[in-house]
Amino acid sequence: MNDLIVAEDIFKSFPQPEGKGEFSVLEDVGVRVDEGEVVALLGRSGSGKSTLLRILAGLIPPSSGTVTSSGKALDGPNSDVTMVFQSFALLPWLTVIENVELGLEARGVARTERTKRALKAIDLVGLDGFESAYPKELSGGMKQRVGFARALVVEPKVLFLDEPFSALDVLTAENLRGEIDDLWNAGHFPAKSILIVTHNIEEAVFLSDRVLVLGSNPGRVRGEVRIDLPRPHNRNDAAFKRLTEYLYTVMTNPDMKVESDRSMPAPVDVAATTTSSPFARPLPHVRVGTISGLVELLVDMGEEQEVTRLAERLSLPIDDFISILEAARLLGFTDVKEGDVNVTEIGRDFATTTILRSKDLFRRQILERVPLVAAIAKTLSEKESKSMPADFFLDLLDEHYPPAEVKRQFDTAVEWGRYAELFEYDAVEGELYLPEAAPEHELTDAR
Amino acid sequence: MPSLCQTEADVTPRVFSVNAPLRRLSFGLSDAAVFLGALALLALVARIGSGAFVAFVPPKTLPAVNLDPWNLPYYAGRSTLRMFVALAASFVFTFAYGYAAARSRYAERVLIPLLDILQSVPVLGFLSITVTGFIALFPGSLLGLEAASIFAIFTAQAWNMTFSFYQSLRTLPNDLSEATSAYGLSHWERFVKLEAPAGMIGLIWNAMMSFGGGWFFLAASESISVLNTSYTLPGIGSYVAAAVTARDMPALGWAVVTMAVVIFTIDQLFWRPLVAWSDRFRLEQSASANAPQSWVYDLVRNSRVRQAIGLVWTPVGDAIGTGMKSLTRVRPRSKARASSPIVDTAYNVVLIVIVVALLVIGIRFILTSVGIGEVGKVALLGFYTLLRVIVLLAFATVIWTPIGVAIGFSPKLARIAQPIALFLASFPANFIFPFATLAFISYHIPINVGSVLLMALGSQWYILFNSIAGAQSIPTDLREMVADCDLKGWQRWKRLIIPGIFSSWVTGGITASGGAWNASIVSEVVSWGSTTLVASGLGSYIASATGKGDWPRITLGVGVMSLYVVFLNRVLWRRLYALAERKYRL
Repeated sequence: MNDLIVAEDIFKSFPQPEGKGEFSVLEDVGVRVDEGEVVALLGRSGSGKSTLLRILAGLIPPSSGTVTSSGKALDGPNSDVTMVFQSFALLPWLTVIENVELGLEARGVARTERTKRALKAIDLVGLDGFESAYPKELSGGMKQRVGFARALVVEPKVLFLDEPFSALDVLTAENLRGEIDDLWNAGHFPAKSILIVTHNIEEAVFLSDRVLVLGSNPGRVRGEVRIDLPRPHNRNDAAFKRLTEYLYTVMTNPDMKVESDRSMPAPVDVAATTTSSPFARPLPHVRVGTISGLVELLVDMGEEQEVTRLAERLSLPIDDFISILEAARLLGFTDVKEGDVNVTEIGRDFATTTILRSKDLFRRQILERVPLVAAIAKTLSEKESKSMPADFFLDLLDEHYPPAEVKRQFDTAVEWGRYAELFEYDAVEGELYLPEAAPEHELTDAR
Repeated sequence: MPSLCQTEADVTPRVFSVNAPLRRLSFGLSDAAVFLGALALLALVARIGSGAFVAFVPPKTLPAVNLDPWNLPYYAGRSTLRMFVALAASFVFTFAYGYAAARSRYAERVLIPLLDILQSVPVLGFLSITVTGFIALFPGSLLGLEAASIFAIFTAQAWNMTFSFYQSLRTLPNDLSEATSAYGLSHWERFVKLEAPAGMIGLIWNAMMSFGGGWFFLAASESISVLNTSYTLPGIGSYVAAAVTARDMPALGWAVVTMAVVIFTIDQLFWRPLVAWSDRFRLEQSASANAPQSWVYDLVRNSRVRQAIGLVWTPVGDAIGTGMKSLTRVRPRSKARASSPIVDTAYNVVLIVIVVALLVIGIRFILTSVGIGEVGKVALLGFYTLLRVIVLLAFATVIWTPIGVAIGFSPKLARIAQPIALFLASFPANFIFPFATLAFISYHIPINVGSVLLMALGSQWYILFNSIAGAQSIPTDLREMVADCDLKGWQRWKRLIIPGIFSSWVTGGITASGGAWNASIVSEVVSWGSTTLVASGLGSYIASATGKGDWPRITLGVGVMSLYVVFLNRVLWRRLYALAERKYRL
């Protein structure tokens, strides 16, 4: 198999505002796209996958490392590659056919020839009759079809898809996804390979031959999972479900190692790996109410739930769903093992007892398992005034996250800490402080 | 070739509506209308434009103005031609300057502050320099004077448009920008397909607004006194000046009527179609509910003539495109010069040295020619004018803001009142000056006070406009909530209206105060017949220095005025703007 695109040792960092140094988005990333395959880059928001895609497309240069396309190092936009954008990126003042002809015109194809090819591409994506319509007149699904037509008419070596179905409603996305899959399986696809960036696990397993799992903070390749299923991939197939569950498990356990042979080692216990600073371990942005809601729901539904079944039941956006699972797991209320979500003993206790006692449980779990909040409480207790300006903690967080993320991490930690009655926060003054009297609730043995 | 007008899908609604009555016209009639109209326009331009190439050898052959009202259409035509030449020059300048500033970091560092200053400098003050300069450039022909007048108009229009284009280049939608890079478009294609269309709506609106300002400068620049010689260009502005000298009231009246007709005609035949055409460049993903209408645009769009021209133009356009594409290919990244901190600092140092040198030369020149006492006197005069500007703003706010808010809150009133306000803002206030001057003389109103009214005549409309726009931008649910809480009178103003319209008011205030400073040059010295009223202020100082050709005093006066404007901009208006953004953003 020929290598179409090879990226090696990619590092990418962006300078922080106010000269606070650089923030690392991608670290030591290597990607390979061969001829005749569909590769998925699967990652959470903030894993740098869009940045990686743009580096591979030549739109931004890596800080270090090389990208080779068809044997030549990239030195500008990659002409072997065309891209379909999440937000469609159609020029509003050009008609459908003029938009589709954009790439051809740039390559110097003569007018009659490019009109012919554009009409064929428009027919291929099912928009026959809409050639002289303007994007304003089209629905979201139709606009994305134009995006596909524009990308395919050039017959690129690799087709890049940047979360192409995220901006569409569920049914339209399903429809379009199916059509693209059919087109690929039919064998005369206008591109040799496809690279798709997604955060949707089902989509990745459905469409691709290989899934690269990306980690966050900083972005790196955690591992690769081969999708060895006969095409077209059948969602009802047991193997399909196993793969999906494995990927859910992997995504909700950020410390787990990704094995290509789909063996599932026990998830690494969070509390055991505190070699790094407590401020470096990111908190999922989930409110306490949501966490307790999930645990209560699980208790009601019965002990074990398949992750995929739960996802369907809740119909939340994938990112939110994974965050909630991760938060519940972090606090030790649930466990995701072999594709199933279990409620732990403590979790059951938390969900079924009185509010005051559940707060106590929550506080205990936080101090044991969430280093960030525990560190904040400890710092406050060590001070004589029992208070600390928020900026102190914001500065510590600054070393590990980009500015926007710093604020979010702080807000989440404060919300959890406040619920646990570990500390209080005065937003106007910008101060964290210990509450006057330490809460005295009896931890009765309710088991 | 797919049909250009019809789509086969019945599901998709037609977005661009067409005036039903025009549809009933057969192809023949609308085509004839467009064809004949275009021919008539060309003939008119040729007839009027030929007048510009007349011989001009001062002081022997000087153009004169005939006060017979039947000459007015011809004079109006000459003036209009000047306006449009200046508009064309503004567009070219905008694209070049704005593009350079947005593309090159080094150019940006010089060009944008320069633009800032240019916007604040009173152009009328420099008229003396530009007139003599252009006359020297075109010896023996009237073109020099024309060029000077066109340049004055150009400065009224160009800066706003350039800023707008520069801003739109800097705020291009990210995904569109990436798409054009990813698909390998050359710089030329990128400009034609993305950057120019993206900036078009802002550009056209700004051009429309500043076109109105241009009339004011035109009137002031068609008849000027430089170096004790009086130059007159045939045009409606000089007609008014001649009428004032001859105390010819009926002639003045005719001039005002002609001006009104001209503004209305240009609006219908040029601006409305242009605005209707520019609606296609809206960046929103769905059609706007109220697409602007223009019967002229619809007429032209549906005519076969346009399509025929399109067919002829296509191969030409393709050839140009191919040529430009190969000239402006995107260079490989490794060949692009990386920015090095050494070059950066060197560049900055050179810039600072040049600026300081210019300042030193300027200050030395002034001090040696007129002395420091004069500087103090000029500063004081500037202070008097400043007082006038403040009084003007205060009155305009107190009177026009409530009216503007009332209009803004009622869509019916707004539909009637906005075109009227637009018209009033376009109408050159200096046409009304003679009437006001006569009133001042008859009723013995001191010009020190009266000049405030004159300055206001041109600039107060911006406060009105922006109050209307500000009131319209207050969300209806906030207004309903306030009504629900039974807030009335001052309370309502304090809690809802003032915070809501604050940022619009600041925009209006900046434009109004800038216009007022410029207007002071022609408002503080007014005449009727042989009587001349002179107020004590910076405007009259500059005007009299211009008439005498006193270079040091002109420079000093204009310099001090610029300093006042720039200083006020930074200290007052920018702060207010930042406050508006921070606290009162809706």
